[in-house]
Amino acid sequence: MNWLSSIIGLLIVLAAAGMILGFSLPVARRTKRTFRYIPAMQRLRRALGLAVEDGSRLHVSLGKASIFSPTNASALVGLATLERIAQMSSVSDRPPVATSGDGTLSILSQDTMRAAYRIANAPELFDVERGRLAGPTPLSYIAGTLPVIRDERVSTNVLVGNFGPEVALLAEASDQQDAFTLGASDSLAAQAVLYASSEETLIGEELFALPAYLQAGPTHQASLRAQDILRWAIVGLIVLAVLLSFLGIVL
Amino acid sequence: MRSPVATAIAISFGLIVLIGYFIPADSANLQFILTIRSILIGWAVVLAAVAALVGVFNMLFVNMKRMTAKRNPDRFGFVLVLAFLVTFVAGLWFGPGNSDYQKAVLAVQIPVEGALMGLVAITLTVAGLRLAQRRKTLMAGVFAVSAVVFLLLASGLLGMLSDFPVIGFIQRLPIAGGRGILLGIALGSLTAGLRVLLAADRPYTG
Repeated sequence: MNWLSSIIGLLIVLAAAGMILGFSLPVARRTKRTFRYIPAMQRLRRALGLAVEDGSRLHVSLGKASIFSPTNASALVGLATLERIAQMSSVSDRPPVATSGDGTLSILSQDTMRAAYRIANAPELFDVERGRLAGPTPLSYIAGTLPVIRDERVSTNVLVGNFGPEVALLAEASDQQDAFTLGASDSLAAQAVLYASSEETLIGEELFALPAYLQAGPTHQASLRAQDILRWAIVGLIVLAVLLSFLGIVL
Repeated sequence: MRSPVATAIAISFGLIVLIGYFIPADSANLQFILTIRSILIGWAVVLAAVAALVGVFNMLFVNMKRMTAKRNPDRFGFVLVLAFLVTFVAGLWFGPGNSDYQKAVLAVQIPVEGALMGLVAITLTVAGLRLAQRRKTLMAGVFAVSAVVFLLLASGLLGMLSDFPVIGFIQRLPIAGGRGILLGIALGSLTAGLRVLLAADRPYTG
């Protein structure tokens, strides 16, 4: 990496951080903003409500990304989603269960649920067994998660994180139990597989909007706005580069 | 604020690692940041190994509890616990680098994972066939047609058409689409990481 690309990278990071901070301020939140309608998000909220009402269990599968790997952003989104789901279902008879394919992620899922119940003033609901390592390799993780979907009276499966094409087995198992499945992954292969095999799928960056749609907090909504602005900036730069290329100007 | 010390440590260590990414390797004045970053990453690797061990023992205890539960005990948990104990003790006894030990483990693991991959192939075929029932939208139609077209193109069956420029253009379409999705994911990853650095997301505070 040379100094020019370092400075450009640093500027993008600083701009994103500045926008997140700025949009989180109460002044910026005065104007009421509405989210784009995403059917999957509406169905998830409905499924969460129904699970709490009928006393069935919610299952959040966090994928197999290590928190130290480059794909850990999807795991962070999964943890934020888990925290919100744990809070929303704290009045349920059956608290949610989280499975993961990595040791650090399973420990963080336990910590996340502990924090969620403390915030919801129900610390007694926390059970260390609800944040499980299902298996340490991609396929053993899937094999370890299948019994959770099959045996634990799960009515809603939220598959959010880094998966491979083998996630189809989880979606199929959920379908066999007549449970609702929402799939969201940062992997292109998993997105394609989930689109074909799960009831609802989030494509591309919709994954990162999941906590904001579950009302996880103003910072999540602010980061969504920052993400939108950065996306338009990138679109503009791509169009500009194409035009310059047509005009024979090579940067 | 919950757990201010843990939050401060996470933010400061996160900032050092992030800044390290923007320092070119040939920069002599800021080498100390790169040194600190590599030390921190080394610690993180050790922590990850310990966390993996803790996670595996957690998995073992959960399965032992399910196995001995009074209501609906999971009898198959016995297989997992036995296999784990045999593998773990043999690994400690012979050492994980022992070639016979590795052969024995792989002789079980590869056929089991191969069988699961076979199941994935069947599941995906069935899911593809059921796509029309599950999603009756234009997008689902486009998805199904694209999948068939690109499978055919990638199979090489239409090799005699490769001289037509339009085929080359069509073959580049999934790359363009994939890049578009990956750009969105990169932006999402950036904001997700920044939320942790700004202490808005704190999955570590318990």
